[in-house]
Amino acid sequence: MRCAVLDLAPVTLAVNPVPWARSQMAFTLGAHIILVPLGVAWAFMALVANYRAIKHNDRDARVLAERWSKYMAVTFAVGAVTGTVLTFEFGLLWPKFMGRFGAAYGIPFAVEGLFFFAEAIFIAIYIYGWKRLKPWPHFWTGVPIVISGIGGTVSVVAANAWMNEPSGFTLNRAGKITSVDPWSVIFNKAMPLEALHMLVAAYLVGGFLVASVYAWGMLRGRRDRYHRIGFLIAFSVAAVASPFQMLVGDTVARWVYDNEPTKFAAIELVPKTKSDVPETLLGHLNSDGTVSGGIPIPGMASILSDPSTGTSTTIQGLDSFPADSRPTTAQVNTVHLAWDVMIGLGTLLALLSVWYGISWLFRRDMPKSKLFLALAAAAGVLSVITMEAGWVVTEVGRQPWIARNYLRVEDAATANQGVWITFLVVVAIYLAVAAVLILVLRNMSRRFRQTDLDESDVPYGPRQPPSPHDATAVKA
Amino acid sequence: MNEADLVAVVLFIGVTAYALFGGADFGAGFWDLIAGGPDRGEHPRALVDHSIGPVWEANHVWLIFCLVVLWTAFSEAFASIMLTLFVPLTFAALGIVLRGSSFAFRKSVLRTRDRRTFGAIFAVSSVLVPYCMGAVAGAIASGRVPSGGKAGDAWDSWVNPTSILGGVLAVAACAYLASVYLVWDAKRLEDSSMVEYFRRRAVAAAIVVGGIAFAGIFVLHSDATYLFHGLTSRGLPLVIISGLCGIGSLVLLVRDAHSGARFLAIGAVATVVWGWGVAQWPYIIPESLKVEQAAAPSGTLTAVLVVFVLAAVLILPSLGLLYVLDQKSLLSTDTSEAIPEPAAE
Ligand code: HDD
Ligand code: HEM
Ligand code: HEM
Repeated sequence: MRCAVLDLAPVTLAVNPVPWARSQMAFTLGAHIILVPLGVAWAFMALVANYRAIKHNDRDARVLAERWSKYMAVTFAVGAVTGTVLTFEFGLLWPKFMGRFGAAYGIPFAVEGLFFFAEAIFIAIYIYGWKRLKPWPHFWTGVPIVISGIGGTVSVVAANAWMNEPSGFTLNRAGKITSVDPWSVIFNKAMPLEALHMLVAAYLVGGFLVASVYAWGMLRGRRDRYHRIGFLIAFSVAAVASPFQMLVGDTVARWVYDNEPTKFAAIELVPKTKSDVPETLLGHLNSDGTVSGGIPIPGMASILSDPSTGTSTTIQGLDSFPADSRPTTAQVNTVHLAWDVMIGLGTLLALLSVWYGISWLFRRDMPKSKLFLALAAAAGVLSVITMEAGWVVTEVGRQPWIARNYLRVEDAATANQGVWITFLVVVAIYLAVAAVLILVLRNMSRRFRQTDLDESDVPYGPRQPPSPHDATAVKA
Repeated sequence: MNEADLVAVVLFIGVTAYALFGGADFGAGFWDLIAGGPDRGEHPRALVDHSIGPVWEANHVWLIFCLVVLWTAFSEAFASIMLTLFVPLTFAALGIVLRGSSFAFRKSVLRTRDRRTFGAIFAVSSVLVPYCMGAVAGAIASGRVPSGGKAGDAWDSWVNPTSILGGVLAVAACAYLASVYLVWDAKRLEDSSMVEYFRRRAVAAAIVVGGIAFAGIFVLHSDATYLFHGLTSRGLPLVIISGLCGIGSLVLLVRDAHSGARFLAIGAVATVVWGWGVAQWPYIIPESLKVEQAAAPSGTLTAVLVVFVLAAVLILPSLGLLYVLDQKSLLSTDTSEAIPEPAAE
């Protein structure tokens, strides 16, 4: 049955799988996570528009809600299939992790399964239901999408938090799990804050992403009511989320200071334990343990870690941990850079939201300047970068552990030497899917603009004008 | 029956649901694939699009369900399967990405050429994925997956008689299920040419599946002895029921009585899946890992059972709602239908 090529294959293609498995996991997660805010927050925004449409008989809002749900159909499909790949990857890339800790780590995913099911079911009903369901029942079929989006996010992040803070199980001498307490697995110590931070991030990113499209349209002169409502709903969600996110992030940071000292040392670039640690912006760690470059803000890292003790707060340095249980120098630099990106862009986004808020407060209107719109148009991509950076902090900062203090990444990985091939294939396929996804969404939007209410060419979307009065309304 | 057995039953319920719902979805892709050129194939392809449109995503969550139950409750089995069957499972995962996204894209593009490209990717991956899944099932059932964190042979484990049988049978069974469902859908839409079109294909598919299953007896006899003995002893009643259902559905299809055929087709496929489970009992990986040994501690099993009960209470009615709305054409996207407004029923 075997042919010569296959016999040769293992010899010629023998490549250490661990770095490739890491890269593949990071790449696919990084791709999936971009679709997550859309799945979680867009449904909420569509419902806001839908509510307005029914309550105030607002036709623009009605068209908006319906079109949003159609874009969601496409992004949800891609989100679902990329999520399915992740499920396979846990086994394909980290079989020894799943084999040893699946009994604990798997539980949040089982809960998540419930939410995904509900989400997939109701999203189908909502998207397909425009034409034939009555307005209010149709609206209500959208509500479970929002709830399950929140539940799903909280449960997956609970799994990730468990990797940072494994708990709820006992091991025997041989390292095999002998008992599990599902409750403490799910509600591990890292879970509440991490889940909240990600949930807020989902609304923040989803809001900015959608708003940026309308900001772009306004910049190009499409300043009609339809664009305005689209912008206002989405940007308002983001504008509420982003200042709040700063507070949550700050709390998360203190939690990390208290509980994950190696990650914190990497975040703040602290080679040696000391007090009065400066907050270094940019800069990097050299392999001899010195820090060079960057702009230090004296005492700031200490103050932020524990304001009650101020600059006298000591931060444990990297050298207080054995070299093999803390991130490597390159990883420390990655974490620190990602941290700077998250904080920098996060602050920028929060300021943008404050601008918007002040404008509403004093002028009862959104800022109209080109600069604001340009920044808002950029905010979508910037917020995605912020979120990706935050994840790099969490994930790379945990290294070398897959389950902190219990299992190292290299002991968890598959022994399969062909991972580099699957990595390349996965990257190629994902890039192609991403390119097509963007083209398809752009084409849909162009077509919506040209034909105004031609509903006929969307996957799952209602094919007929939703209801007679709306159809005439939009043409006007 | 202890907790571990119960969870194994839950797992098999998931596998059955995936085979019945996901399987029909894949099968629809198979008919799309062989529907012929753009003109000839246009009509059947439209029906395929119409009938899997609203439900495909929900149908595929069953796969997630199975994987998650397997890795949580039977972690060691999951690890062994994934280690050994790396190749076909990777193909399956990539096939799922291509299939789902090209299906979503297909209808959002207007140019015929683009539609055909996406349609082709969708259709080819609809065959690839069930083949890989069937091959994986064959590999497990014929005892080619070793337990204990060792990887079995990366190629022989799934390129062998039982795996090939599993793969081919999976593709054929999916096509069979899909054609029977499509007859039903066409009838509901009062599209008599498509009723006839898929009825003829359903008859052919039923005969092919029966033939493969019959040939399979000999393959299993020589290649998967444990499974063969299980199927001819404990599993025999299920095998017989499956055969009777299959023959029954064939007779009904030939006679033009479609609605009964649908339930018998479901029965025929479901009992095969259960036959497989019963035949390899008490092993989760035949002859190397028993359900009992692979099972997670009781806390985990209880959590999985609680989730399952919640799913039965919350998700099943929702799924039912989705299918009912779909069957009542309240979710229909078909342009050929008149639109009564408002559509209260
Ligand atoms: C787009 C959104 C966004 C914004 C504006 C911020 N973050 Fe963040 N951050 C994330 C998005 C994010 C994230 C991507 O969602 C992460 C990764 C894992 C997680 O739960 O949240 C994250 C992780 C993360 C972590 C690591 C948590 C861990 O490993 O347990 C810390 C310490 C912070 N953040 C702190 C902050 C601070 C102090 C911020 C502002 C001043 C901030 N984040 C703004
Ligand atoms: C619930 C969500 C997530 C879970 C359960 C998860 C799980 C994992 C696992 C199992 C690994 C491999 C082991 C390791 O290297 O520690 C990993 C690595 C990684 N993940 Fe995550 N991840 C999640 C979210 C994300 C997201 C959204 C990103 C976005 C960029 C990300 C980025 C990475 C990176 C960069 C690595 C490689 C770290 C390294 O090896 O240096 N993760 N993750
Ligand atoms: C912070 C991390 C994550 C969040 C918030 C999240 C959230 C979501 C959401 C909301 C969906 C629904 C599809 C969509 O709206 O696009 C989805 C799909 C999916 N995600 Fe993720 N996800 C995360 C990471 C992961 C990880 C690590 C896995 C690995 C198991 C995963 C597995 C899946 C699966 C299997 C689906 C498809 C479910 C379906 O068919 O409906 N996700 N995810």
